[in-house]
Amino acid sequence: MKTTLAQKIISRAAGREQVTPGEVVTVSVDLAMIHDSGGPRRVEPILRELGVGLFDAQKVVLISDHFVPGDTEEGAQILALTRDWAKKRQVAFYDAQGICHVVLPERGHLQSGMLVVGGDSHSTTGGAFGAYIFGIGATEMAGVLATGEIWLTVPGTILIEWRNRLCEGVTAKDIMLALCGRLGMDGGRYQAVEYTGEAIAALSMQERMTLSNMAAELGAQAGLIAPDETTASYISKAGGDAGNWQELKTDADAPLEAHHVFDAAELEPQAAAPHSPANAAPVREAAGVPVDVAYIGACTGAKYEDLKYAASILEGRSVRPSVELLVAPASRLDQERAELEGIMAVFEAAGAKILPNACGICAGYGTHRLGEDVTCISSTARNFKGRMGAPSSNVWLASPYTTAASAITGEITDPREFLSDNRSAS
Amino acid sequence: MSGRIFLFGDNVDTDQLAPGQYMRGGVEALAAHCLEGLRPEFAASVQPGDIIVAGRNFGVGSSREQAAEALKHLGIRAVVASSFAGIFYRNAINLGLPVFVCEDISALKDGSHVELDLEAGRLTLTDSAVTIALEPLPDNLKVLLADGGLIPHLKKRFAREPSQ
Repeated sequence: MKTTLAQKIISRAAGREQVTPGEVVTVSVDLAMIHDSGGPRRVEPILRELGVGLFDAQKVVLISDHFVPGDTEEGAQILALTRDWAKKRQVAFYDAQGICHVVLPERGHLQSGMLVVGGDSHSTTGGAFGAYIFGIGATEMAGVLATGEIWLTVPGTILIEWRNRLCEGVTAKDIMLALCGRLGMDGGRYQAVEYTGEAIAALSMQERMTLSNMAAELGAQAGLIAPDETTASYISKAGGDAGNWQELKTDADAPLEAHHVFDAAELEPQAAAPHSPANAAPVREAAGVPVDVAYIGACTGAKYEDLKYAASILEGRSVRPSVELLVAPASRLDQERAELEGIMAVFEAAGAKILPNACGICAGYGTHRLGEDVTCISSTARNFKGRMGAPSSNVWLASPYTTAASAITGEITDPREFLSDNRSAS
Repeated sequence: MSGRIFLFGDNVDTDQLAPGQYMRGGVEALAAHCLEGLRPEFAASVQPGDIIVAGRNFGVGSSREQAAEALKHLGIRAVVASSFAGIFYRNAINLGLPVFVCEDISALKDGSHVELDLEAGRLTLTDSAVTIALEPLPDNLKVLLADGGLIPHLKKRFAREPSQ
């Protein structure tokens, strides 16, 4: 039988020869990732009530990111509880090292073909490594931690193919905003989305992670990319085991839920208007909208590659004085690499303020939030009303390139203007 | 048991249901601000037994289960929507909050009184006696919900399998 990548991973995890889309199966979980918000503070009382311990402490990774840096009394207490729990339960723990979706693969925990659950909706990010990983709530996570199992409905696969190559200045983030605009925030129908095609194969792992990350914004359960040499090389360098990745792919002629084909060469930089990622359109249609804050942050938009894109625009230029540029690198390791390569120095020279390696304003859990009537352009994934600050604030979503270009001009700006200036100057 | 309908549109997101700035607190604090961005009076006016009716993709966004927990805390008896975001749907069942898909919600008006028959999966409008069939839950979720959610369900399972 011809099967999809999702079916291959799920049938293995279910201990079955094969599985069919639509059937409900119970799978063994290879790895469970939790963070400070939905993690210890919520799962421990449930484990206690059930009177059980962890199914396998070796298969649990805890990462603090939502309440970092602990700028409220309650947030600091939650972080303290998180640290105590890590010690008591003897699990791998990364404290204030960055956002969980970026830290998990960069520390070598993810492997192609794994069945993984994460206590966060953007857990789909790990699908870029050819793992079936999806987000769940804390009670369900407690159930996984107690039993090592979870049920799922075997998904159909929505194949999203991008032919040809992206143009300079156009990124994975632009792909995702365009898809949100085209397919809607429920276009993924809680099935598996799988990205394929020449444009995807040409992307770095961190760009692929952006695609899988925002499978959440398409309403998919998972956002998969079949592993290749790029994947295996990343996993090996991170200290993981690349394993037998060659077999992990959707067979030609496997039955699909849908197959969408797009031309990457025709894609322009995108911006999504408040208050939905689905309000996406080419940046030029929003050009000239004044911005007060430019935020380069989150698992979606502040990884090393994202920082590099933004710095390529900001190098030798300054942020407009009326604009506050905030940069919250997605992980400590990404920030360290950016420091070594002079990228952080570019941000500082341009007038940016550097924030901790954490979810920050994107989650809006701390004291640092957007004020009344503030307009922000942001490299993050979600611009729901009131998420990043006051309900009267307006958040536009765009790529790190576009966010950086808009910080320089003080209004929403197509970054390709700066990139062509860069070319003529060099 | 009869309740009033609180009607919402499409894509009601988790930042409306459980606003981030209150996530560091407990469910009482969150529930007091539940849906205030869409209907400022919601938390104060909702009565135990009331029902939420909404359009497509209810609960889109975060995996924070406080989105469902806040509704339950306020006494919302069930959410009926044209469709649900996947994670919210699972969270609601796991917390014992009934959720029903009903593709066509056009007959359900804000403020109307309805009777909900959870067993039969049926809404009856009190004024007109018009009944609306809700899509039945998958069998595995019927069991979960009948047990009162995932925690009581697991307790039952562990009692049966003492080796766990």
